[in-house]
Amino acid sequence: MAQAQLQMTVNGEAAEISFSPYKTLLEVLREDLALTGTKHGCELGECGACAVLVDGVPQLSCLVLALECQGRQIETVEGMAAGAELHPLQAAFADLGAAQCGYCTPGILLTAKALLEHEKNPSRERIREAISGNLCRCTGYQQIYEAIEEAARRINERPR
Amino acid sequence: MMRLPWFEYRAPASIPEAARILAGEGPNAMLIAGGTDLLPNMKRRQMAPKTLVSVKGLLKTNGKGIGAGTTLTEIINRTDLPAGLRQAAHQVATVHLRNMGTIGGNLCLDTRCNYYNQNYEWRKAIDFCLKKDGNICWVATASKRCVAASSTDCAPALLAIGASVKLVSSKGEREIALEDLYNNDGIDYLKRRADEILTEVTLPKVKSVYWKLRRRGAFDFPVLGVGAAEHADGVRIALGAVASQPFLVQKANEFLKGKKLSDEVIAEAGRLVGSRAKPMDNTDLDLYWRKDVTAEFVGYALRELRGDDMRATRLRIARFEVS
Amino acid sequence: MNVLGKARRRVDGRSKVTGQTRFADDIVLPRMLHARLLRSAHAHAKILSIDAERARKHPGVHLVLTGRDFPVTFGILPVTQDEYALAPEHVRYVGDPIAAVIAKDEQTATEALDLIEVKYQILKTIATPEEALQNPEPRIHAYSELGNIHRLQAFQFGDVEETFRKSELIFEDLFFYEGNTHLPIEQHAAVAQVDGEGKLTLWSSTQVPHYVHRSLARVLQTPASHIRVIACPNGGGFGGKCDVCNHEMVVAKAAVMLGRPVKICLNREEVFYMHRGRHPVLMKFKTGVTKDGKLTGMHLQTLVDGGGYGSYGVASTFYTGALQTVTYQLPRYKFDAARVFTNKPPCGPKRGHGTPQPRFGQEVQLDKIAERLKIDPAELRLKNLVKANSLTANWLKVGSIGLEECIKQVVERSEWKKRFRKMGPGKGLGLACGSYLCGAGLPIYWNKMPQSAVQLLLDRSGQVTVFCGATEIGQGSDDVLAAIVAEVLGIDPFEIRCVTGDTGMTPVDLGSYSSRVTVMMGNAAIQAAEKLKAMIAEAASEQLGMAPDRLTFANGRVGFEGKSLTFAEAVVMAEEKFGTLGSVGSYKPPRSPGRFKGAGVGPSPAYSYTACVVEVDVDKTTGWITVPKIWIAHDIGRTINPVLARGQVEGSVYMGLSEALMEEQVFRRLPPKLSSALVHKIPSLLEYKSLTSLDMPEVDTVLIEDPDPNCPFGAKEAGQGPLLPVMPAVANAIYDAVGVRIDELPITPDKVLRALELKAAGKEARVGPTQFPNVPYPEPVIVLPPWEGGDGNAVEGAERPKVKVRSA
Repeated sequence: MAQAQLQMTVNGEAAEISFSPYKTLLEVLREDLALTGTKHGCELGECGACAVLVDGVPQLSCLVLALECQGRQIETVEGMAAGAELHPLQAAFADLGAAQCGYCTPGILLTAKALLEHEKNPSRERIREAISGNLCRCTGYQQIYEAIEEAARRINERPR
Repeated sequence: MMRLPWFEYRAPASIPEAARILAGEGPNAMLIAGGTDLLPNMKRRQMAPKTLVSVKGLLKTNGKGIGAGTTLTEIINRTDLPAGLRQAAHQVATVHLRNMGTIGGNLCLDTRCNYYNQNYEWRKAIDFCLKKDGNICWVATASKRCVAASSTDCAPALLAIGASVKLVSSKGEREIALEDLYNNDGIDYLKRRADEILTEVTLPKVKSVYWKLRRRGAFDFPVLGVGAAEHADGVRIALGAVASQPFLVQKANEFLKGKKLSDEVIAEAGRLVGSRAKPMDNTDLDLYWRKDVTAEFVGYALRELRGDDMRATRLRIARFEVS
Repeated sequence: MNVLGKARRRVDGRSKVTGQTRFADDIVLPRMLHARLLRSAHAHAKILSIDAERARKHPGVHLVLTGRDFPVTFGILPVTQDEYALAPEHVRYVGDPIAAVIAKDEQTATEALDLIEVKYQILKTIATPEEALQNPEPRIHAYSELGNIHRLQAFQFGDVEETFRKSELIFEDLFFYEGNTHLPIEQHAAVAQVDGEGKLTLWSSTQVPHYVHRSLARVLQTPASHIRVIACPNGGGFGGKCDVCNHEMVVAKAAVMLGRPVKICLNREEVFYMHRGRHPVLMKFKTGVTKDGKLTGMHLQTLVDGGGYGSYGVASTFYTGALQTVTYQLPRYKFDAARVFTNKPPCGPKRGHGTPQPRFGQEVQLDKIAERLKIDPAELRLKNLVKANSLTANWLKVGSIGLEECIKQVVERSEWKKRFRKMGPGKGLGLACGSYLCGAGLPIYWNKMPQSAVQLLLDRSGQVTVFCGATEIGQGSDDVLAAIVAEVLGIDPFEIRCVTGDTGMTPVDLGSYSSRVTVMMGNAAIQAAEKLKAMIAEAASEQLGMAPDRLTFANGRVGFEGKSLTFAEAVVMAEEKFGTLGSVGSYKPPRSPGRFKGAGVGPSPAYSYTACVVEVDVDKTTGWITVPKIWIAHDIGRTINPVLARGQVEGSVYMGLSEALMEEQVFRRLPPKLSSALVHKIPSLLEYKSLTSLDMPEVDTVLIEDPDPNCPFGAKEAGQGPLLPVMPAVANAIYDAVGVRIDELPITPDKVLRALELKAAGKEARVGPTQFPNVPYPEPVIVLPPWEGGDGNAVEGAERPKVKVRSA
């Protein structure tokens, strides 16, 4: 069957893509755009590993039809760092043990990024709730909370 | 990786156009809005619609009610809406899924059963079931009827509130009370015709609450949902996840008519509701226990409705601060 | 210490947060094809025929493989080579692989699977251990020891019956621990490719590249020198990627046959079928104790549900009895075990391998003993602690033991003395301890070679590359490796490049299992680094005019009191003096004093210890359980990187709590009159419940450093031991809160409510197993404990007789 074609913006860059129309955004990112930083653990919306930002909103790429992404702004983990400089969330995750195996990490990073864009100083309880759709089997979550809190501090202290 | 089967995709520019496509395609076409219920079902081959008709973005505008395409996150953030609905929406699935899933989708959520919500290969190993491709309901082998469980959170909340929904087809539109949307049948669980689009939810402003029982603080579908709302003639209670449809508990609601919520009234209402909960062994957690705790959950809901401070109990059950 | 003990970003941290860590499924190669497996739809059946013609003709399909293509068996243990890559004639669980389709893409392969027609002859299914005991036929495996009993084991260390006759009190308790699975978020994936020289490379999400390498050579009948296995960083392992997998064999074979790269990635349901997770274990503990709380002896019987294949099962079964003696002094100990085959996915090693189940029973029973004797549970444990540098009744050599301090820490931090039994209705505290191996004393296959090896390469730029077969599964093995080399050479860990987990490029390490990596790889790394350090010191000492042993290596410099060279300068001198610089180090654990057959499971270079207190809040009306806080203290010997160590401890607490409250790998049998189906009840991430962030309480973590002389800088394990005390501490806390005993896992609100109802009715306030079936345990191997004149050998003439097959 015919490939589908559309344009979307991925990590700030315009992307013209051609893909099998049954594919979800997850498959297109990983297989057609070679952005394998976005992970998958179930492909059924049951783990959160594939979370990306669609127009700034955390969504599960495994349940987004690629066909519905025409004109959308997609942000993946590959787009978080500014050149060589890690996003404060990335740096804090690396420093504070928030990434053990690193597999659920991209989904959590993007989910946390959206949180910090809305709330400058989220409470521990807000953070727990915000990432409750991302299963992590390694950390017990505590170091993830601490990394998000630390990142919020680093962002707030950044000169504007 | 679990992948979708091949399908045709249509993105109509308007609801009338969508309705025309549905009318033309018949039952081979299915609507997609948030996709969070449909796409997993398609990946597991529980459903294989030939055509997907996208109504994403078409159901936002609302007349007097809420557009069916309003996401659950948007519902939570709309402080003008009744608490019961917002509490229900806030406890659906996860943050991400609430950003995607819509109120219309949640009301039309496919019934669930752990003999049915499985991959194709798994269902093949049990030779399928009554709901899809098979002849026997494995939950109740003597049953002629599929007993898959209604698993929507918003419906019991909205039933108690007294909502109605608008259904639009190429032939016209109709508005029905939400309770008239549902059948107690795991397969034919909606009275929505295949060519109809649920476009809008209308609801009165009433004091309301919703309590949900599930194993974890996120992800899980309800194994019990209790909606309660205060109306001029008394309190109304609706149950979710204990039958193939969400339903108003008539006996209890008649009892509650004109009564103040004293401890004794709450206890009796709990008993009456509990007797109507008929959980089956097809979801999470022990079914007898789920029945046993129904009265207690009714108690939580009614005490909160009465104005008791239930925040500590809420936190224990929901594990986060619900809207 | 310049590096160790300091909180640092892990060396692979940046890669993990930028999405650059390349997991197996992230590998894409030119001309790559995709494989999918057809799995048995029946729990127990003979395959009569497989017709794959339609699948072969499906457009886009390149190859269909069946059991005929894989005549050679494999298995992780030499004694259980009982698996085929694709079952040729006998399928043993729903999900047992029987055919593979290799196609242009995954979608096409999936479509073709449905075109393969398989005819089965259905056999009676064995669903439970009880059924396995009652039904010697049909045999799930012909090689099993007795009917469907896979393996029987019995050991007696001192006359326990005599001890019981003399004991002031005897406690007998039954416990059941339901099976559960690892649930790594990454699904298993593998890619195989034949390279330009015609040799095979396999990338896989495996914890054990060395064993995969050996098995591939066996199954493909290809020299191991022509096969290279690369372990990609694992997206979580927990023991779930410790076995050699069918799909690894399949893509390897397909790549060889097609001359094109072939990839496979299991879907979540298939990961549940791969399993190799926690064995369901029924346990009977009989324990003698004096009135003042000294343990006098224990007789433990276990019945272990193995599922459809051997996997690690023989070892797992030994482990259900091996470590009861390393925490508390047991003057005499007897242990009987049986592993049975059932028609379910094979069980194997999950975090704690075989020991969490009996640990649960032992620690809950201790709580009952303390209750009866009116001794504080913490005091009871302190009274019975094993002494440092001692031998146990079953001849295990205990080195350092920091458990006393662990108990004191959690008691103090949880305000145990003030709160235990005094928290008011519905609230409670529970305490438990645990201990675990720091690597198994013996390798899986018998050999006298090192179990871990490290090779160092020094470039004249000062760049250090370290090669080791160890596998990064999230635990931070690359970081431990870099840190230890950096500590010895006095440089920053980020100056070191790690090349790991690659059988073509790195010296052998047996894999990331049994908490062996820090100790074994670490000791090998120290040896290699010390050799290089000596060379560098010798060369630098000539330049600096100072004896080599007076030089310090720190902060990137080599020297003494202000007179120093940069590390790179010193390396240049060493290269001038010695030629190209490299070194090797290797490690083999000390020989265990146990000499009897069966003494191979349990010995370890060192044991880690943990104490845990759990607080619970139980709703008496519903049985609903809330866990507000957990305190844990872990004797780690020495902390290499506190950030990672804490992560391992808290991750263990998380998984332990998840097992305690909800995780269960359970099965559903349809009404036998209508169907022979026996299926996994909930093979999905949604319905197999694991804790979300909202279900996870605050954890207070303390690391106790009691360095062990057998360990690198004294460092013991941290990745498994801290899981062990969590489950019993939860059970004990529930007793403190509402006075009911839940003697089986998981502990769910319905069980609590049922026990509360029993209590209200004046019955025994307990939910748990009530019967232990009659298991034909053999006569035990008799070994005298060290203090009864034993020498570590079995008593002559008392060797266990051969098992006779009874007619049933």
